[in-house]
Amino acid sequence: MSEALPPRTLFDKVWDGHVVPAAAGEDAGLPSVLYIDLHLVHEVTSPQAFAELDRRGLKVRRPQQTLATMDHSTPTDPSIGAARLRTLDPQGAAQLEQLESNCRKHGVPLFAMGDRRRGIVHVIGPEQGLTQPGMTVVCGDSHTSTHGAFGALAFGIGTSEVGHVLATQCLLQYRPKTFEVRIDGELGPGVTAKDLILYVIATLGVDGGVGHVFEYRGSAIRSLDMDGRMTVCNMSIEGGARAGMIAPDEITFAYLEGRPRAPRGEAWERSLEQWRRLPSDDGARFDRTVAIDASQIQPMVTFGTNPGMGIPVRGTVPAEDGVPEQQRPTFAKALAYMDLDPGVPLLGHKVDIVFVGSCTNSRIGDLRAAASVMRGRRVATGVRMLVVPGSFEVKRQAEEEHLDDVFRAAGAEWREAGCSMCLAMNGDQLEPGQYAVSTSNRNFEGRQGPGGRTFLASPLTAAASAVRGVISDVREML
Amino acid sequence: MSDIPSFTTLRSKVAPLAIDNVDTDRIIPARYLKVTDKNGLGEGLFFDWRRRADGALDPDFVLHRPEHRGAAILLAGENFGCGSSREHAPWALLGAGFQAVLSTRFADIFRNNSLKNGLLVVEIPAAVSRALLAAVERDPTLEITIDLPSQKVLLPDGAEQPFTIEPFSKHCLLNGVDQLGFLLDQVPAVERFEAAHAARIDSRA
Ligand code: SF4
Repeated sequence: MSEALPPRTLFDKVWDGHVVPAAAGEDAGLPSVLYIDLHLVHEVTSPQAFAELDRRGLKVRRPQQTLATMDHSTPTDPSIGAARLRTLDPQGAAQLEQLESNCRKHGVPLFAMGDRRRGIVHVIGPEQGLTQPGMTVVCGDSHTSTHGAFGALAFGIGTSEVGHVLATQCLLQYRPKTFEVRIDGELGPGVTAKDLILYVIATLGVDGGVGHVFEYRGSAIRSLDMDGRMTVCNMSIEGGARAGMIAPDEITFAYLEGRPRAPRGEAWERSLEQWRRLPSDDGARFDRTVAIDASQIQPMVTFGTNPGMGIPVRGTVPAEDGVPEQQRPTFAKALAYMDLDPGVPLLGHKVDIVFVGSCTNSRIGDLRAAASVMRGRRVATGVRMLVVPGSFEVKRQAEEEHLDDVFRAAGAEWREAGCSMCLAMNGDQLEPGQYAVSTSNRNFEGRQGPGGRTFLASPLTAAASAVRGVISDVREML
Repeated sequence: MSDIPSFTTLRSKVAPLAIDNVDTDRIIPARYLKVTDKNGLGEGLFFDWRRRADGALDPDFVLHRPEHRGAAILLAGENFGCGSSREHAPWALLGAGFQAVLSTRFADIFRNNSLKNGLLVVEIPAAVSRALLAAVERDPTLEITIDLPSQKVLLPDGAEQPFTIEPFSKHCLLNGVDQLGFLLDQVPAVERFEAAHAARIDSRA
């Protein structure tokens, strides 16, 4: 059947396969009705959506294609249980209870507090084998782009849209454009998927991808493992893109095989056959293309207050005249907030907090990387390091590998799973003026706590900086 | 079913916020996300900018200046609304009395969220934005008109600036119709789709 079709991109195939033929359609200038295979739900962006359903007397159309978890405002301090949370943070506790009662009422499966499968929404979907190639995946959370690492079309939606999907399993969407981000060559030692995506965003800008879906291609992408691919796709949104995708291959299939919700037996074979047809056809056209040489990429650190303000760890903050005139007020404001001068190096800058975690870098591969630097070393005096696994499953696996012992012996805090200091909703946060090296995805003003200052970096760079107490080049420590 | 305010023509003063790349964490910080309804989010709008270090309201913050009080149009810098998908951002803007935002570019999710809630986002060229900013700084009392049916902004100098909006969003705004109602009408087609495509997963298994 594919003979007759013009060559299509991975995105085209997934999109075309999910448009519900209906009265509404692209031709009439109306948005398409896009069918959603998997809807992930968490406590923060869902309460008003469930309330809307209740107000209209609607049911959840497909509870079996919906999964809820608790991650954003849950405590990661092991000593805080449900009872203490109610006194410490009554609003947060109420939100968790609300999600529980909404899920119970509508028959939506929930990984509640105490469930050993619980974790950050973008960690558990893949981990459970729910995120699969060729699917459409949405969640009321912008980092849903993470799931694109499996060749799924995955993007964040707002709360009204959460209500749309709950009620109809569909969304109204205009077809986005495609953007090929081709990265060929080999990453050097100490250079990771996180550095790669920070480099891409520094190159394209925080609005470089607006209106587009990225497809990451090229040998540097092919040689990343799934944890690395998820890190890359996770930050697509920081480059302004609607989503980011990577074609599924043997690495994808090996990751999925045997996961609790992945197909089995004959269904697995059938799925494989379909998944193998997903990669972009030869000659498929993208609306835009950029090519990047992986060997040019060095460990990256951000200096400013958006993820596009990144430089090589041995680089210097740009001088004012290196910044286009239009962007100078933003640049000056960012430096004032960070209390940094133009032209200064970041290497050697003092650090108060190191945070290893978030849906960008909290998977087992990330923890192994951080532990490889920490082993036999100690967190510098005056520095506090938090290591927050992305899920309880990641935590279990890390403990099985005794990574927790490595972190504890180094003087770092080993926490329960959750979003934690990524957005500082749960009490884990920076003090005003503090500097953090953080493996998360956003260095916005106040993101990690009012007045807190964030340097985004990889788990390797974060661990190296924890040991030395200043921003460090991990390549000296490998 | 009418669930969003309908929007036709808006004539108002303009509050200038000449900052680029304003992200949704700035528009409303995460600690305001613990609510389970939409009310009262206006007070969290631009929370950290509106307050001094001691927590008191900063009378110098541009939106607090008496001359900008009552403005229903926000003139933002470039690339407004990037970052988190929180719909609390347009809820907060609406809660604080804004009905339209002008910028040179909007982040995709923010644009969608705004239009769904009856907050009109209008993209204007950088030169027009700069000229309007200068005009508002000279005379904060001047008013502009946003005319949705003709898709034009009537500028203080009498010039008309056309803008684009997807026909569907325009239809919904003009009529105060919300998208869920539209989608519910598509359910028979969704049922046919589901009959032809077996679900790929079962999250309950
Ligand atoms: S870890 Fe951070 S970015 Fe990821 S889902 Fe949680 S809050 Fe959002």
